[in-house]
Amino acid sequence: MIRYLLKRIAGAVPTLFIIITLTFFLVRAAPGGPFDQEQSLPPEIVANLQAAYGLDQPAWIQYRRYLTALLHGDFGPSYKYKDFTVTGLIAQGLPLSLTLGGVAMALALALGIPAGVFAALHHDSAAGYATMSLAVVGIAVPSFVVLPFLGLIFGIDLHWLPVAGWEPGSVKHLVLPVITLTLPPLAYIARLTRGGMLEVMQSHFVRTAFAKGLPTRTVIWRHALRPALLPVAGYLAPAVATIMTGSLVVESIAGLPGVGRYLVQGALNRDYTLVMGMVIVYSALLISAGLLVDLLYAWLDPRVRLAH
Amino acid sequence: MSNRGSVLALCAVGCIVFLAIGGPFLNPNRVDALDWSHVAMSPGLNGGHWFGTDRLGRDLFVRTLQGTGVSLLIGLFATAVTLLIGIGYGAVAGFIGGRTDHLMMRGVEILSGLPLIFFVILVSVIFGRSVFLLFVSIGAVGWLTMARIVRGQTLSIRQREFIEAAIATGAGTRRIIARHIVPNVIGPVIVYATLTVPQIILLESFLSFLGLGVQEPRVSLGTLIADGVGDMESAPWLLIMPGGFLALLLLCFNIVGDGLRDALDAQRR
Repeated sequence: MIRYLLKRIAGAVPTLFIIITLTFFLVRAAPGGPFDQEQSLPPEIVANLQAAYGLDQPAWIQYRRYLTALLHGDFGPSYKYKDFTVTGLIAQGLPLSLTLGGVAMALALALGIPAGVFAALHHDSAAGYATMSLAVVGIAVPSFVVLPFLGLIFGIDLHWLPVAGWEPGSVKHLVLPVITLTLPPLAYIARLTRGGMLEVMQSHFVRTAFAKGLPTRTVIWRHALRPALLPVAGYLAPAVATIMTGSLVVESIAGLPGVGRYLVQGALNRDYTLVMGMVIVYSALLISAGLLVDLLYAWLDPRVRLAH
Repeated sequence: MSNRGSVLALCAVGCIVFLAIGGPFLNPNRVDALDWSHVAMSPGLNGGHWFGTDRLGRDLFVRTLQGTGVSLLIGLFATAVTLLIGIGYGAVAGFIGGRTDHLMMRGVEILSGLPLIFFVILVSVIFGRSVFLLFVSIGAVGWLTMARIVRGQTLSIRQREFIEAAIATGAGTRRIIARHIVPNVIGPVIVYATLTVPQIILLESFLSFLGLGVQEPRVSLGTLIADGVGDMESAPWLLIMPGGFLALLLLCFNIVGDGLRDALDAQRR
């Protein structure tokens, strides 16, 4: 088990390395630089700035330096937010973003699985159809439409919740963003659970469980659910990606000070180190999610052997 | 879910496509015409601005339809790109098999492990402002699943007698893939393509919403929604109309794709 984990973590290193290398040269290939401003600086000052950040060196020396610093856990200084390190900026915003994403994920699982089970058990009734029709809506309608619409209804019309803005510790400001982030994975999880459940209900061991005279409730929750959740487990890594991309727009619409805005803003500003930092953090999160999925698979289905 | 729902959704898609092409001619207003006597007017039948106007007096009906057209066009073209790459890659990997297949699919696996959406964002920030590049970068992301599906299909077709017969008559690999494999994988591929179109429209409007995709003076539903969000307190229709259109379009495409997939699954069983 531990050996497997170590092997997987070792396997993630090359992936991360490819990502870092690609991003490093991609952002530097872009026209423009971090010190371009509306009022252009005198060339001497730009040269000084570039020398101060080591940007006057050839690309591969910069690359080597960046990697060395990275191995020491240093993401470097931000070029645009003066006096801030990338580590500092990300550390400031990440807790809020992680809270948003984590709550959304937990809600999606907590509501999506029962909804899927319900739809599977009532698959030929109107209630089941209705649940799945709602799921299609949840999957299809993008977050940057959902959140403003929710804001229109609950913020501007009903005055129940704030449309945007943020006060530290305020739950009210997080309600609409969390709902928005929850909907797509919730809908997907419900749909996958339904599919898995329908298939498992046909299998021999479920028939055996019924034949033993077990009540339906026990058969479903104790016997059928675990194998039925296999497709859901496989979806978890894409779900993390969905929530991350969702948080990019949700945070910017709702005006939340998370890390979502740094990726796009950083790229627009040619803030190389900030973009790199964001891509690394997001990739590391995604890779960890993938690892978690593999462990979950093994727990859900004993036939999956970790040793391989 | 049911066939009736899918057919209804298909009709709706047809109507939207028809509106996107013909709609601008139904209304006398031009896309970029500024009507200073009707600035930020709410929707209504009088004045000719059926969906109202924005703060510059531009007609929202025409702009929404124009945006829908642009979104549809990008959706279709980028899907075509994913089809081309995905079919070629998947059929070659599946037919040749062995080590080549292993290597090629390992490549797909590595690529799908990368946070490609961030690369699309980076590419469009850095080199963006061109619709052509948008096609390419979105299409380059979307082909992975397509390649997997095609490979799976190819693997099962490869075992069939007519392939054996083709090999026996001396047909080359290229000919077998082009003439015998590809026409036979088209079914599932088309189904997946109908599900790819809404995904790509979603991605495109997401980028445009962030200000990274389609640029002024061209409009896309994403840019219209972004504008609408800014004015949603004083002029909510600027958000509701394009937002509703995008939601409806994506919804219908998804329902059609799901319906097709269910129909195909039922056949196979």
